[in-house]
Amino acid sequence: MAILVGSGTAVVVQGATGRQGAFHTRSMLQYGTKVLAGVTPMKGGQRLDGIPIYNTVEEAVRSHPEINTSLIMVPAPNVADAVYEAVDAGLRLLVIITEHVPIHDTISFLRYARLHGVEVVGPNCPGVITPGEAKVGIMPGHIFRRGVVGMVSRSGTLTYEIAYGISKLGLGQTTAVGIGGDPITGLDFIEVLTMFEKDNDTKAVVLIGEIGGDMEERAAEYIRVRGFKKPVVAYVAGVTAPPEKRMGHAGAIISMGMGDYESKVKALRSAGVHVASTPSEVSTLLSKLLAGVKA
Amino acid sequence: MKLYEYQARQLFQAYGIPVTPFKVARSVEEAVRAAEELGGRVVVKAQVLVAGRGKAGGVKVAETSEAAGRLAGEMLAGTVKGEKVRSVIVTPYQTIEKELYLAITVERSRRSAVMILSAEGGVEIEELARISPEKLLKIGIDPLIGLSQYQVRKALLFTSLSGQPVKTLEEIIKNLYRLFRDMDCELAEINPLALTPEGGLVALDAKIILDDNALFRHAEFMRMDEGEGFEAEARRLGFSAVELDGDIGIIGNGAGLTMATMDMVKLKGGRPANFLDVGGGASEEVVEKAAYLILSHPRVKVLFVNILAGITRCDEVARGLVKASREVGGGKKIVVRMMGTNEEEGRKILVDSGLYPLDSMEEAAEKAVQLARSV
Repeated sequence: MAILVGSGTAVVVQGATGRQGAFHTRSMLQYGTKVLAGVTPMKGGQRLDGIPIYNTVEEAVRSHPEINTSLIMVPAPNVADAVYEAVDAGLRLLVIITEHVPIHDTISFLRYARLHGVEVVGPNCPGVITPGEAKVGIMPGHIFRRGVVGMVSRSGTLTYEIAYGISKLGLGQTTAVGIGGDPITGLDFIEVLTMFEKDNDTKAVVLIGEIGGDMEERAAEYIRVRGFKKPVVAYVAGVTAPPEKRMGHAGAIISMGMGDYESKVKALRSAGVHVASTPSEVSTLLSKLLAGVKA
Repeated sequence: MKLYEYQARQLFQAYGIPVTPFKVARSVEEAVRAAEELGGRVVVKAQVLVAGRGKAGGVKVAETSEAAGRLAGEMLAGTVKGEKVRSVIVTPYQTIEKELYLAITVERSRRSAVMILSAEGGVEIEELARISPEKLLKIGIDPLIGLSQYQVRKALLFTSLSGQPVKTLEEIIKNLYRLFRDMDCELAEINPLALTPEGGLVALDAKIILDDNALFRHAEFMRMDEGEGFEAEARRLGFSAVELDGDIGIIGNGAGLTMATMDMVKLKGGRPANFLDVGGGASEEVVEKAAYLILSHPRVKVLFVNILAGITRCDEVARGLVKASREVGGGKKIVVRMMGTNEEEGRKILVDSGLYPLDSMEEAAEKAVQLARSV
């Protein structure tokens, strides 16, 4: 078992013919992901590495009814439109890789997707990978291996760093979810933690945060209040970063002292989370916590 | 992008939000003329982006136009909390019956905009939020519906105002939300919103932060970044970078990894000179520019590059680094750690040019610290 993506995932790539889109579509195909179609307006009828390109998501889904997931790699100004199109075409999971999406667009399309019961990962994220089954994203697949650790992260490249350590240790991952580095994201820590808690194969969860915002504090509160049953190891980047620039009085009123490294680590520790002080310490802690568990 | 008060006031005016009359002055003469035209007692306000301007001497009252000129002269010749003052505004002194606070911003945990209102505004608003949170009203706004009439009613009732000010406040709230949406604001804040003895409501200050990612929709604000120094130069090149005071320059891809790299250098006893995030999918040219910017920084002895390539490709990174190191020449050391997409090609390019990539982040950080000590 795994979460979000797996052997049943069938993907359409929105923005498949761009430089990045084509490169990563190929990389997903090589990994074994079922990428069935690409969508680029005005380029319908072309083929890319053997997969057909359509003008609209609707056409792609009509020709390949098993498609349930979209990987969105269109330019930032077009992301909102791509999301509305994918939701209206009936897809169930959208993974948005594109960075620099305007925040008002994100707020609107996330609301629309949520009202239609569609899960969104991102924007500004590396995607989701269930090693050995499906990679819906841009992460280097060879760093991951099938295993027992669920990963959820705000930072794409730190996910690779820490996943590499976990893989080398032989523990591997059930699924790694990059929720994205923007202030507002689709799935957040709490939602992904809930999914990992229900997943029997996931024996421990790694949570990778960074300074800014209150997502780590809220995750800690959730873990504490709920009595989250699986061990959680966290790493938070930015212990030595200079303080964030202020966002008027409103920023302070909303954050209420949360957001810096100390606040996050204190909240996580008080929830029983094991906090690593370096990325490599994550796997050291995991190997102690999971001694005896076979990957 | 933070706007100057005068720019935010201009937007308020364009959206029908009452502000006190004001004039922008960039010299003593302009300030004197502005004060004469406005007449009477005026306030001179330094136009800076740094927070806490009032308490740092950036806002002063002048009884005469000569005094206004003198204050403007002092401000224009100096700095407020380290920020150079390029202009001031002159605005009539306003007698206040009561101060309100009104802001709309983005709240991460709600995934939406939120309006914050208090009938007790002013500089102590954050203190009030801490001690008496019940004196602030927070209303989440659905992006697909906008501000509902019932929400506006709730806000108006919360202030306990009556008569004409209620009608004015309703207009201000609606206009501020319209401005917030139209202009892709991260923050639109009025503090204080003053109730005058005549029963009017007027904004005495204006704070607006625009979303950098939406500036393509607001061409009028896509001006060149004016600042000087390393951080401004990096911004002009499209990087986010922070200047620190050590001797190890750091390049990473992704904010989290770049910060973690800096944390690691400090943990190993090194002192970062700066850190720069090249972002996702950096091309050869982008990496070259970033590396050149850091290597040409006088304080940097060692450049530590930590790249984990997903959308980025190691071969592009390697080519960019080799080019930059050739341009800068000897003396400065480069430590590279990279992994991921096209890793083998990248390694080969580095090795062929005499740069040896290291495998682990810790090992590379130790190497960078050791080199910085020995240079």
